[in-house]
Amino acid sequence: MPEFWVNMGPQHPMTHGLWNMRVKVDGETITDAEPEIGYLHRGYEKIMEVREFEKNVVLTDRLCYVSSITWSHVYCLAVGRMMGVEVPERGQWLRVVSLELQRVASHLMWLASYGPDLGLLTGLLWALRERELFLDLIQLMSGMRMNQNYPRIGGVRNDVPENFDAMCRRSIEHFLGKLKGYEKLFHESKIFLMRTQGVGKISAANAIDWGVTGPNLRACGLNVDLRRLDPYETYEEVDFEPQVWRGADGGDSYARFVCRFNELRESCGIILQAFEKMPKTGAYRTKAPRRAEGEGFARTEDSRGEALFYVVGDGDDRPYRVKIRSPVFSTMAATPILLRGNKLADVVAILGSVDVCVGEMDK
Amino acid sequence: MSAATAPTAGYANRPVAGIEEEIYAQLVARFKDRLAWARVVRPRVVAIAIDRAHLIEVCTYLKEALAFEHLSCITAIDWKDHFESVYHVSNWHNGCIVQVTARIPYDDPRIASVVPLWHAADYHEREAWDLMGIVYDGHPKLERILLPKDFQFHPLRKDFAQEVDRQYISRRKLKGGK
Repeated sequence: MPEFWVNMGPQHPMTHGLWNMRVKVDGETITDAEPEIGYLHRGYEKIMEVREFEKNVVLTDRLCYVSSITWSHVYCLAVGRMMGVEVPERGQWLRVVSLELQRVASHLMWLASYGPDLGLLTGLLWALRERELFLDLIQLMSGMRMNQNYPRIGGVRNDVPENFDAMCRRSIEHFLGKLKGYEKLFHESKIFLMRTQGVGKISAANAIDWGVTGPNLRACGLNVDLRRLDPYETYEEVDFEPQVWRGADGGDSYARFVCRFNELRESCGIILQAFEKMPKTGAYRTKAPRRAEGEGFARTEDSRGEALFYVVGDGDDRPYRVKIRSPVFSTMAATPILLRGNKLADVVAILGSVDVCVGEMDK
Repeated sequence: MSAATAPTAGYANRPVAGIEEEIYAQLVARFKDRLAWARVVRPRVVAIAIDRAHLIEVCTYLKEALAFEHLSCITAIDWKDHFESVYHVSNWHNGCIVQVTARIPYDDPRIASVVPLWHAADYHEREAWDLMGIVYDGHPKLERILLPKDFQFHPLRKDFAQEVDRQYISRRKLKGGK
């Protein structure tokens, strides 16, 4: 039977957004693949050039709608470095708390979509139920469930309400109890293991070469976490364990699942530590200048990998050039390697484990 | 196409103190007269500027000799009289990142592709060509990636105008007023 191309997308439940994965099949086996992206391109880098530095925070929130704070934070960090703005210590700690709350919410959204990808609808219901806890916390912090507009150049928008740490503790305690059930649901499901183990493999050398970052890189057994390797905010003072695949045979869908899943617990630990270590009172924001000249960049460990903003100013009150480095955009280039040699029915199981967010990929 | 270098087993995942001075000294010693400027920006960040003719030489040195295995990002900038292609190259061993700025003349927007060194450059160079119109010589597939294939322009160039002032039409204007 001759080989032929199958379009998985742009309208396909697997895509979790709008993009197209073209796969070339020989019978059931994938011989080649080619992602087609750009359906959600909104011209972010262009429209940010005509808006003031402060106004762009609203835009960067919309880069990834399930992980807004991490994106507006990396933008604020890059612009702050260009302007030479120092964030007060309490502001840095509040940023850490908001980032980790957002990371848990984002990973739970991924878990909620990965379950149904494999026919495990309970995963969707459970993960979304627990995500509400964290969305409530984020709402208490910033006033919004989505697109929070919370980080600011030089700090954060507002302080947290009274007793916020107690509320976080209570929610996290409840959540950590629930995680045991999750582990039973996923790790002890024979079907789940059969569909993920040994599927969608990428070697560590290829992952580095193609620019794969974040949990997908750590699933190959490489201990790389920018919160440790290139610390920003107050991550230096936090004690946590980057989640790296320790087994012999990593880089498959299951390893990616395990690394992401275990990050949920680590992030909760970081939040609890932050409340112990942060100063109880003090400034959370400094005033940033309106105009800036020069260049600055920042890279952070986003929920999906290495997020980088490169901002150039020419002395005006708006950026001259903004470049967004999206982790998913780079990982997408490596997806043909993940897919080759697998069966057509496993495409969903593989791409679900990569955690695609089309908003940041297409910019 | 280069064979991917075998990763050194086990990264420490800890930044090395003073690494930026070391990398800076090595780069200056090696490419003394070919650097337009070089400076240490902040801990773990070094920035250098070169002409486009020396790009492959500098990048090969960074990858092969200094073990900068990860290409983070490629940015193209339109400065109206010239272009710049900015490479953020990162080292997973010590957390250092080097920013290489290559200058490109305006009337001949071409530069060598670094895909033979890092496959990660593939999509970033395609994007830079798509949005800024810089040709990366030697790229295996330099096609539009984010914009439709029949799009005629390179919208991130500064001469591609966008409406700066009002982005809506007021009701009064719709009724024929000013």
